[in-house]
Amino acid sequence: MTLALEPLADPSAPLARRNPVAKLGAALLFSVPLIATVDVFTPAVALVLELILLPFFGVRFRTLAVRAAPLLLAAAGVLVSVTLFAAERSGDLLFSAGPFDVTTGVLATATALILRIFAVALPGIVVFATTDPTDLADALVQNAKAPARFAIGALAAFRLLPLLTEEWRALSLARRARGIDAGRNPVAKLRLFASTAFALLVGALRRGVRLAVAMDARGFDSGVPRTYARRQHFTGADTVLVVAAGLASATILVLSVVLGFFRPVVG
Amino acid sequence: MSEVQLRGFGWRHAGRRAWAVRDLDLHVRHGERVLLLGPSGAGKSTLLAALAGLLPSDSGQSEGSIEIDGLDPAKARDKVGILFQDPQTQLVMARSGDDVAFGCENRGVPASEIWTRVSDVLDRVGFRYPINRSTAALSGGEAQRLALAGVLALRPGLLLLDEPTANLDPPGAALIRESLTEAMSPETTMIIVEHRVTEALPLVDRVVVLEPGGGVRADGSPEVIFAAYGDKLASEGVWVPGFSFPPLKATATATSDLVRAEHASVRNRLRPVSITARGGEVLAVTGPNGAGKSTLALLLGGLLAPTSGRIEAFGDKRPPHRWRAATLTQRIGSVFQNPEHQFVTGRVADELALGPRRVGKSSAEVRDIVGELLRRLRLEKLAEANPYTLSGGEARRLSVATALATAPRLLVLDEPTFGQDRRTWQELVSLLAELRDAGHGIVAVTHDEAFVRTLADRTVPLGEPEPDPLPRRVRP
Amino acid sequence: MNDNTHRWRTIDIVIASVIAVAFGVIFWAWNTVWSVTESAFAFFPPAQAILYGIWLMPAVLSGLIIRKPGASLYTETVAAIISALLGNQWGGTVIVQGLCQGLGAELAFAALRYRSWKLPAALLAGALTGLSAAIYDFFVWNSEYALGSYRIPYAVFTVVSSVLIAGLGSWALVRALAPTGVLDRFGAGRERALI
Repeated sequence: MTLALEPLADPSAPLARRNPVAKLGAALLFSVPLIATVDVFTPAVALVLELILLPFFGVRFRTLAVRAAPLLLAAAGVLVSVTLFAAERSGDLLFSAGPFDVTTGVLATATALILRIFAVALPGIVVFATTDPTDLADALVQNAKAPARFAIGALAAFRLLPLLTEEWRALSLARRARGIDAGRNPVAKLRLFASTAFALLVGALRRGVRLAVAMDARGFDSGVPRTYARRQHFTGADTVLVVAAGLASATILVLSVVLGFFRPVVG
Repeated sequence: MSEVQLRGFGWRHAGRRAWAVRDLDLHVRHGERVLLLGPSGAGKSTLLAALAGLLPSDSGQSEGSIEIDGLDPAKARDKVGILFQDPQTQLVMARSGDDVAFGCENRGVPASEIWTRVSDVLDRVGFRYPINRSTAALSGGEAQRLALAGVLALRPGLLLLDEPTANLDPPGAALIRESLTEAMSPETTMIIVEHRVTEALPLVDRVVVLEPGGGVRADGSPEVIFAAYGDKLASEGVWVPGFSFPPLKATATATSDLVRAEHASVRNRLRPVSITARGGEVLAVTGPNGAGKSTLALLLGGLLAPTSGRIEAFGDKRPPHRWRAATLTQRIGSVFQNPEHQFVTGRVADELALGPRRVGKSSAEVRDIVGELLRRLRLEKLAEANPYTLSGGEARRLSVATALATAPRLLVLDEPTFGQDRRTWQELVSLLAELRDAGHGIVAVTHDEAFVRTLADRTVPLGEPEPDPLPRRVRP
Repeated sequence: MNDNTHRWRTIDIVIASVIAVAFGVIFWAWNTVWSVTESAFAFFPPAQAILYGIWLMPAVLSGLIIRKPGASLYTETVAAIISALLGNQWGGTVIVQGLCQGLGAELAFAALRYRSWKLPAALLAGALTGLSAAIYDFFVWNSEYALGSYRIPYAVFTVVSSVLIAGLGSWALVRALAPTGVLDRFGAGRERALI
């Protein structure tokens, strides 16, 4: 797996075209409130809504499947954890896995947690698959009034990501060439990992220092007010997206409370 | 079109005992083109950084005066542009056009003007790609070209170039030379530090030689300077034009086959190649960028598995990429293009001791090996230093030394002479010749024509069949 | 030499960002190397929290190197954004999580008035960032598990791991980085001997 930096979706799709800050804001406004409850209804409805909107972002299902792979791993982990460590085992007993009773209550909890993982993660995945990092930085500076030096500094460092991944591979090969390998021994593996990570950090920091000097040489710290070569506009449609996202998650939560499904995480 | 005036200028970096530059008197007039020379340590980079206003007052101590158009460099920053040697750490944005626009944005150039400036300067430097080309997808030469465009977009009166082609291969260096010739306007004053002197000569009309420890040793036109100081400069490591090396070819015939690749290829990186590395021979692998030279070096070094074909080595049934690392180091030593990739400890002496310890030598043996290598590669004074603080040439010597520490029969080197000054180059070539004459096999992946001319007993250009295809039994 | 000015230089911003990016690569490499631990720890997931500290290193490390207000918060948040960009199991909410974790370290350095950068400061920052991470997970992700056998051990391991790896580990890392010369433009690097 290489660390991909460019968006993997159709950038002209109606929702993909929205301002990056609007997309990010909408994704956060929609997904963050969903973590407040562990019932089955809330994430299920949220997921359905997300899947309906998916085509409007131009993300192909295959891309989504690849990006969502870590979620499946997490879901499997949850299944195991709930079976072993559920706080409540209410409801009818379905079967016993050794000393662990799997009841309908346990199954419901597992389903709720897994649905929540997907419902919460999906908006972020979609936003980042349809957003170019440079556009995001531009929008953060121009529309969200983020400090320009920080946004661009982060963007410049971010550009080094694929280079550093390549460097990790080279560093690993170099260690083998020096006679260091780890075989099956976990302690040796850990030491080798730490050595490679250290070398990576040194290389990254050295590059960072040079990059900072080069940026200053081109006037980055000149104090002159910046102009923008690429304009990011925040239009009415973007406001609508953000507001709609907030209203949607609020509505789902209210519905959940009213219909009696709501189970808050706290209390 | 700027003028530079230095009077008794000196600078000492914080934390160092010695002054990087001292007692420097120099006057560069409008529109002059100056080549700055001197051995490593003469303070050339420091001088350029000072002129660019990049030495913050809290990072060291200064003496004397330095002025650009009568102003302190910190105030004259917008008149000066500087290009450094590593293209990838000068590019800021993911798309080419955006990177050139970066400098304009910083200086408050009105948005309406930015893109015309960008396309204009990209044209002038001869950049061949559209403006949305990813900066990560550029070759070294093209990336440096783009970096130059970024600097020129700000229309500096003084252009400083700090070893602009040091990290580039010959085609890349040619690209930059072309760009400089085409793109600089006649009124721009230029000061260039460049170790490929022959290539820089067409661009300059004056040579200034710095003396390490202080002052200007010589100042004048190129012909005069090289006639008077050529020998001394060459012995100090400067690549003075007209000084070449006698060939150092093998006197004995090659001995046994050490590593053989049969139709080995790596998908997307190397087309099938058959090649044999033998003891007592220097094999040079050449070819353009993208031909897979480094990949081949990894295959022969037992660090990568071929996706088709096979590699046989040292009479072992198993291919080298399956050997334990300790076994590998005793048979095949690999020297990477970037020496820092191979540093694992915090002390030069420990670096040298690591390999022998890992293959089970006793403490006494390890001590002897380390001592011998320190002597042979002139690293004694650096025995306690942290490897990351070594200069380019020292780091290269250390990486060769660590590969030799486990006494492998075959040495595989990836671009061993990259960016080296003349002295280190000569030492390396002599060392490799010595090893070859003692029976070791050497494989060098290189684009350095001088290296091939001087040392290579056999050359395999990638993409063409090996000239001596007679198979011999592979023996250890 | 005055590194008590709280204004961020370009190099501070770039290095703080580079730390986040470098750790992004380190986490990626970790996942490819150690996907096995998922199954090894599957029978006691709280044990995974023993390694939690490594995710909290950027916050403490950045504070110790940059030594300016906001460093920990900024770096951990950027690291979280990168994690979201590369795809993870928490989606965009990891940004909120990163903000909370960064805040923990930030509070520690703030409590010491941004003047102390030695081992005790590192350990305190490790402890507070671990605590903020533990509290977040306790309520947000772990609410449905048994208190005694899961939630509490998990929280404890998180804090301990954070003190040892993110706190002590970051301090040791800075000490190992200084002699290489990469920190020469920072206070942390200037403490090495004159050469």
